[in-house]
Parts: sequence; structure tokens; C-alpha cells
Amino acid sequence: MANQSSLGLEKLRASAVLKEAGLASLVALVLALPLIGFRTVGGGDGLSFEFRWEALVVSVVIVFLGRSLVTAMHGVWRLNRFSLPGFQRFGSVIERRQVLLILGIIVLALLFPLMPEVDRRAVDLATLVLIYVMLGWGLNIVVGLAGLLDLGYVAFYAVGAYTFALLGTVYDWSFWGCLPIAGAVAAMFGILLGYPVLRLRGDYLAIVTLGFGEIIRVVLTNWVALSGGPNGIAGIPRPTLFGLEFTRRTREGHSFHEYFDLPFSGDHRIIFLYYVILILALITNIFVLRIRKLPIGRAWEALREDEIACRSLGINPVNTKLSAFALGAMFGGFAGAFFASRNGFISPESFTFIESAIVLSIVVLGGMGSQIGVVLAAAAIVLLPEALREFSEYRMLVFGLAMVLVMVWRPRGLLAHRRPTLMLNPSRPIAPK
Amino acid sequence: MLRLENVHSFYGRIQALRGINLHVDSGEIVAMIGANGAGKSTTLMTICGQPRARSGRVLFDGDDITHVPTFQIIRSGLSHSPEGRRIFPRMTVLENLQMGAVASDPAHFNDDLGLVFDLFPILGERQQQRGGTLSGGEQQMLAIARALMSHPRLLLLDEPSLGLGPMLVKQIFDVIGQINQDRGVTILLVEQNAHQSLLLAHRAYVLANGEIILHGTGDELLADPEVRNAYLGGGN
Repeated sequence: MANQSSLGLEKLRASAVLKEAGLASLVALVLALPLIGFRTVGGGDGLSFEFRWEALVVSVVIVFLGRSLVTAMHGVWRLNRFSLPGFQRFGSVIERRQVLLILGIIVLALLFPLMPEVDRRAVDLATLVLIYVMLGWGLNIVVGLAGLLDLGYVAFYAVGAYTFALLGTVYDWSFWGCLPIAGAVAAMFGILLGYPVLRLRGDYLAIVTLGFGEIIRVVLTNWVALSGGPNGIAGIPRPTLFGLEFTRRTREGHSFHEYFDLPFSGDHRIIFLYYVILILALITNIFVLRIRKLPIGRAWEALREDEIACRSLGINPVNTKLSAFALGAMFGGFAGAFFASRNGFISPESFTFIESAIVLSIVVLGGMGSQIGVVLAAAAIVLLPEALREFSEYRMLVFGLAMVLVMVWRPRGLLAHRRPTLMLNPSRPIAPK
Repeated sequence: MLRLENVHSFYGRIQALRGINLHVDSGEIVAMIGANGAGKSTTLMTICGQPRARSGRVLFDGDDITHVPTFQIIRSGLSHSPEGRRIFPRMTVLENLQMGAVASDPAHFNDDLGLVFDLFPILGERQQQRGGTLSGGEQQMLAIARALMSHPRLLLLDEPSLGLGPMLVKQIFDVIGQINQDRGVTILLVEQNAHQSLLLAHRAYVLANGEIILHGTGDELLADPEVRNAYLGGGN
């Protein structure tokens, strides 16, 4: 009796597995037909199609086998319970040693360019990571704290970059003078976006912000008189150290290597840029850490949790949302100005939707609202494609797979734990009488 | 203290309140009872300006607050504990209470916290626990406590006994009585639990289809055959 029913169950499972795999391979067939099945061949009389039967069949069979394997294993190998050895404890260890870890990371970051085996390329890459860390921390205000899903964050990055690029090239203003202006202009655009979307939430908000990001990019591409259109803006001034330029010769005054009597080296500028973004990122972090403990920061978090409750407690949701958009945008603007100054050249191509998507993935992957999580995620997202270079054309595939796996293991991000911002002083407890 | 004069309000094109007239005097507990959809919660929401009354007036302490922004109404000494608790699940008990105090002077925070922990000792024990991990009864206590943190003179309570067991319902009603008696907070209470709220309230209104159909003291309504039939489960 028991034997029979378990046999029946086996049969049932086998047919379910086959059905599942069949469905998956059908989807694969539909997708693979145009993607893999056809190839264009340049012949004597224009382009013609070559039909690739074998490749099509092979890919569908692979999907069929893979899907049935995964489905069949599902009972044995519960994906949602599966964890890398020690990975579950990873979060709590980081949580407990937070202060030590933060200090360690900061010291490491400060000493990084001075380490012997660190070359110019590594410092440059670290600078790129830090730009994304800063963008992640800025977007974290909007998405992680205030809970407003923003898919157009790159717009503020672009506004900051173009503000500095225009002021720097047209009026010859310096990087440091333009930095606050770039932040302020980006914040203004944040309010501009925030106002019409005050009543939207979730997916609706995401769509509007996505559109906003595209509008900015399209305007920059087409308003040739202002932005130079697709040609972009070149010759953007580099940041200076109290007026010292990082060039071999200067038109007036001294350059860095003359002033400090060092032999000229292009590395100085790279290392200097690294420290500039490091300081900017640290300022962002301190700002966010502080503001979380102020009434406005707590109002953001409360707004994320429950907007109706917020209204009934006397929080002004208009100001709260607009300030989140404005401040998030401001840090995006700072990062944009730095980006423009570092590259010396910008064009609308640097500000496509994929940038918004990357920054958002950094925030989500790191764990919404977690500051250290953003650092880990930014490092992973920028460095992983670099490390995977030897996989050449498959690297984006491996990268995508890695992201899927992380979300399976840690569905709420690498560090999902939220730290309370308020603790009562234990030495004078308010105990119930 | 609070007066509604011929208030009409709408959700889009659907009319929810059809000329509500009611008043709450200082020091009272006033209950509103009625079936689902009668407009009880809408009345509380309209007092706070969500939605706004399309016609008629809402007066608080003699001031017309019909068109005052919600957050300013709350800051003028009125507090609303909304339907369904609506605590902040990922924030701790203490942070929830702190959010309740955003509208009031931070200097009072510790005193208010002490008073709230007197009323609900369990919240004092759980101050570092996340709101979402509290039991239903504790969440309701937290919702009331949070509304008290703003030092209100008038407290609007929307279904405080919703989804709670009989023991907890009694406990919550006892605390509402205490808040009124000991702290002098005027209370406007919306309840499905007609029997308990009529016992507790000084006066009560009965709503149906967006209108007030009956009005009297708690004892009068408890004795009224119509109320007994419709809201107190028949003749006993």
C-alpha cells in the first residue's frame, strides 16, 4: 500500500518535471529562434540569412535537460534554504564588528594608493568603485531610507556632470567652486522630479522616474547648442590641490610637482583624484549616518514603512519626500561633477539607463538602507566584470549569474539588518513604575 | 471642543458622508457605532482632512480646520490612531513612539515616554523589539501609545479592539477609560464592538449610510430596542 502510493507519487513528480522542462524549452525555442537560429551573412548582393538548425536544437536540449535537473533536484536541494558555507554567519559577524570593520575599511582605503604593488590601473579602478559607492549612498537616501523607487537616478548624475562641464569650459570656473553649484542644481532637478510624483508609489513611481532619466538624456543629446549634443563636452578642467595643477607645465603659477619639488609623474593626478572621491564619499556617508538620527531622516524611514500612519502623526509628507529627492539628487550631482572632472570629457552616452540600473542594483544587492552593504555591492559590481575579463564575451553572463545567486542566498541583500537609530541610555532607564 | 457641521465627503464620486453633525465636548468619551461602511472611519479621516469635507465645516476649539493641512491639524493638539494599527513594522517600539512625538516639544519626550510605559508596561519591556514582531494586542497598544506621544487634547481612536481576543479587548477599553479619567484626554472612539463602547462612552452616535440616525447617552442607546436589535445581537 505504502509502496504503491509512493510509486504513484514518483510518477506524478516525473510527469511534473517533464511538463516543467517542456515549458522551459518551449520558451527557450521562442527566444532562441531569432537570437540563435538566424545569422546574417554578408554576401555579394547585400545581407542574407543563414539558418542554424544545429545550434538551435542544441540550445533547446540544453535548456530542457537543465530545467528537468533543477526541478528534479528541488526536493533534495531546496534553493531557498541553500546557503554557502559560513555565508549566513557573514552578515551577523559584520554586524557585530561594525565599528572595527568600518575603521579597517577606511584605513585600508586611505593607505591603498601608497601600497607597493598597487599600480595606476588599480587606483583608477578603485576611483571608479568609489564613484559608485557614492552614487549608491546617495540613491540609498531615496530608495533605502524613504522607500521611493527611483529608476532615473542617472539624471542627477548627468545634471551634476553637465553643470560643472559647462561652468568649467565656458566660464573657466574651478572644480571646487563648481562642486556646490553642481550639487545645488542637481537638488533643484530632484525637486523638479519630486513635485509631480508626490502622490505616486512603487511601480508607478518607478516608471515616471525612468521616463525622467530618459528625458534628461534625450535633451542632452539633442540640445546641441547647450550640451554639444552627441559630441559631448571636452576639455573639462581637472581638480586642483589648493590651486596647484597636476600638469607638467602650467600657464601661470606652479604645478604640483614643481611646488613640492618632485619629478613629474602622471600618477600624482590619479592618486589625487582617488583621494578627492574618497573624501567626497566619506562626507556622503557621514551625512547620511547623521541625518538618519535627525527627525527628517526618521520621517523618511517612517514614510517608507507607512505613509498613512505618517500623516496621522503630523508628518508633512510633501516636505519629507521632496527633501529625500533633493538630497539624494545632490549627492548624485556631486558625483557627476567629479566624474566630469576625472574624465575631462562627457557625452550623453555616459548617462544611459544602464547606469541607473547599476546603481539601483548596488543599493538592492547591498541591502536596502545598509551603508556597508553598498560598499560591498559596489566593489562586487564594478570589480566582478573586471575580474571576469578572461571569460571575455561570456563575462556578462557570469556576472548576471552571480547576481542571481546572491539574491537567492540573501534575498534581502548582503546586509539586510537594519540598526535602530535610537537606544535609551541604559544608565537611566525609563522603567514602568 | 470638536464640532462637525453638516459635513459631506466623497471618495472620488462616491459619497461617504451625507451631512454629519456631531460635537464632542471637553473631557468626554464619545463613541460612534454602526455597520461596516456606515462612514465611521471616514468621519475620523475627514476630521483630519483625508479626504477633505466637500461641504460643511469642521471646528476644533472654535477654529475652522476644514481646509488646514493634515500635519498642522495634528500639531494643533488632535491625535489620530488610524484603523488597522499602522505601526512601523521595521522600526523598534521606541522608534515608533518617537515618531509619535515628532509634532511635540522634544523636551517632553522622556516624560511622555514614562507615562506611556505606565499605561502599557509591556511596551517598556519590549522597547528594542521591532514593531512587526509584536503580537496583535501589543501592536494595538503601541498604536494608541504612539498617538498619545504627541500630547493630544483630543484623541481619535479607530477600532482599537479590531481583531483582539476578549481579554485584550477588555484591557484596551480599561486603558481608554484611564486615559480619559486620569489624563483628561477627550476621546472620540469608533468601534464595531458596540456593547463595550456604549458601556464606556458618555455619549454615542449611531451611523448608517453616511448619516447619523441616532444619538444619545451610552446608557440610553444600550437600552434602545432598535440599537439592541441592530448592533447588540438581538434581544438579550
